[in-house]
Amino acid sequence: MGEKIRGHAITYGDNINTDVIIPARYCTHFDIGYLGEHCMEDLDRDFLKKRRPGDILVVGRNFGCGSSRENAPLAIKGAGMSCIVAKSFARIFYRNAINTGLLIYECEELVEITRDGDLIEVDPETGLLSNLKRSKSFASAHFPEVVREIIALGGMIPFVRKRLGEKR
Amino acid sequence: MPSMTLTEKILAAHSGVKAVKPGDLVFAKLDLVMSTDITTAMSIPIFEAMGAVRVFDPAKIVLVNDHLVPAKDIASAEMSKKMREFAREHDIQNYYEVGRSGICHQLLPEEGLVAPGDLILGADSHTCTYGALGAFAAGIGSTDLAASWALGENWLRVPKTIKVIYKGRLPEWVGGKDLILHTISDMGVEGARYQSLEFSGEVISRLPMADRFTICNMAVEAGAKNGIIEPDEITLQYVKERRKKKYRLFKSDPGATYSNILEYEVSHLEPLVALPPLPSQVQKAREVGRIPIHQVFLGSCTNGRIEDFRIAAKILRRRKVAKGLRLILIPATQTVFRMLVLEGLASHFIDAGGLIGPPTCGPCIGSHMGVMASGERVLSTSNRNFVGRMGDPTSEIYLSGPAVAAASAILGRIADPREVL
Repeated sequence: MGEKIRGHAITYGDNINTDVIIPARYCTHFDIGYLGEHCMEDLDRDFLKKRRPGDILVVGRNFGCGSSRENAPLAIKGAGMSCIVAKSFARIFYRNAINTGLLIYECEELVEITRDGDLIEVDPETGLLSNLKRSKSFASAHFPEVVREIIALGGMIPFVRKRLGEKR
Repeated sequence: MPSMTLTEKILAAHSGVKAVKPGDLVFAKLDLVMSTDITTAMSIPIFEAMGAVRVFDPAKIVLVNDHLVPAKDIASAEMSKKMREFAREHDIQNYYEVGRSGICHQLLPEEGLVAPGDLILGADSHTCTYGALGAFAAGIGSTDLAASWALGENWLRVPKTIKVIYKGRLPEWVGGKDLILHTISDMGVEGARYQSLEFSGEVISRLPMADRFTICNMAVEAGAKNGIIEPDEITLQYVKERRKKKYRLFKSDPGATYSNILEYEVSHLEPLVALPPLPSQVQKAREVGRIPIHQVFLGSCTNGRIEDFRIAAKILRRRKVAKGLRLILIPATQTVFRMLVLEGLASHFIDAGGLIGPPTCGPCIGSHMGVMASGERVLSTSNRNFVGRMGDPTSEIYLSGPAVAAASAILGRIADPREVL
């Protein structure tokens, strides 16, 4: 599952929807670099200026609610985010993130104590999330079995490849 | 056999198991896989990268031109072109071309492609609309779409079910949109997250299909995985006229387990409006105060059906749209458009000063045919009022049913229909 990830937190509140993550006017494109350049622009004009490669989005409840557009997790990847920690995710976004290999974790406690700029460490191996500035660590929610398998294989594309192979 | 809800029974029947319970993971066989011009093109290279050569069953795949049609620019024209070529290459008969198409969530039921007991995944979040016919239907993204094309099945976690019971008798000018806005305002935009919403009660039993589609359409706005209504006489009448294939009827067992049961007495419900920027911020239309608006949009997968336009026409007939206001009316499908003309509603709208557009999602996603400028306010019969959804991020979106929309178009501000009549 890979090495530990460290990044600074960029925080937002509850119900951040896909229309602000990437507005529909950019959804005729799938190029993650292009999408990344418009990520969050309707929510926070400063996002693109303040983000640094490897930063971690630390957000509230129901992140990614709204449309099914897969451009949303792609935009977040394109903007250079290494992962998202949320109190909870909307279900289609949750699947889209897993499927496109964007790391996501649910952990209410970490979100509660984290402020903008805090240094966060994520251990993909154990799901342990740490706020290094505040010296606190928490376990993230477990992934369902099939999701663990998809993540272990590196996304939905290799997962389907494997299943198609088994069917033949 | 343990007692199950309607949703649990459909998931079990499609997964080759006798019973399921909330939290179980199943690989469910798919009866229909739907996508549109805005989600299909992205899935094609993913499908190829999966090593898939053929789709699992061309007869179970539906491709619909609706979001950015007729092509609004070169990029959207290219997206439709890729979908068109994919349909040809894989011999997909249920490919809906501009002129014979419409918004997927009205088109598929109209075409008889949805039946009770079906399991449907669609690359559009409002796929949950089909639950109005007693099917399990949920939205997915483009990678899941490609996986579904390749495998003919996909993994699902069996959701808990919340039962919503509506009691009483709906007053005049109050409809499906008001019921679902009232429900979302009570449970919040994540009140049903990861769960199934089963709508029931005497009010639903009397409700026409159009309102049932509106209600299930917005289940996702409460975070739900699916919305569903047990099939009854009204469902079967609708299906009988359209469906060519066989189907199975499922009903929730009396002893089924619900995570919550919500009862609403709706005899005194009034026409409602959702205030920006969330569909849960709901007020009575007559109590929002003087809110001048620049545009009214009547259409979308939520309220673009002939029944919605009939309600609007009752109010707009022999009246004029307020000076300085733009009224845009978009029938959801070609069939609805044809009825607008045949029933004489189109001329009422034109005489009132409204603009009728061709079937498309258009303004609901801020893509074309009525995009909002900075600082403007729109009252829309669609389903989302998020920041920037319909245009400039400083524009504001109010949501309502067709009666409030029509009355507001006449008065130039948000209005209760009883203020006009």
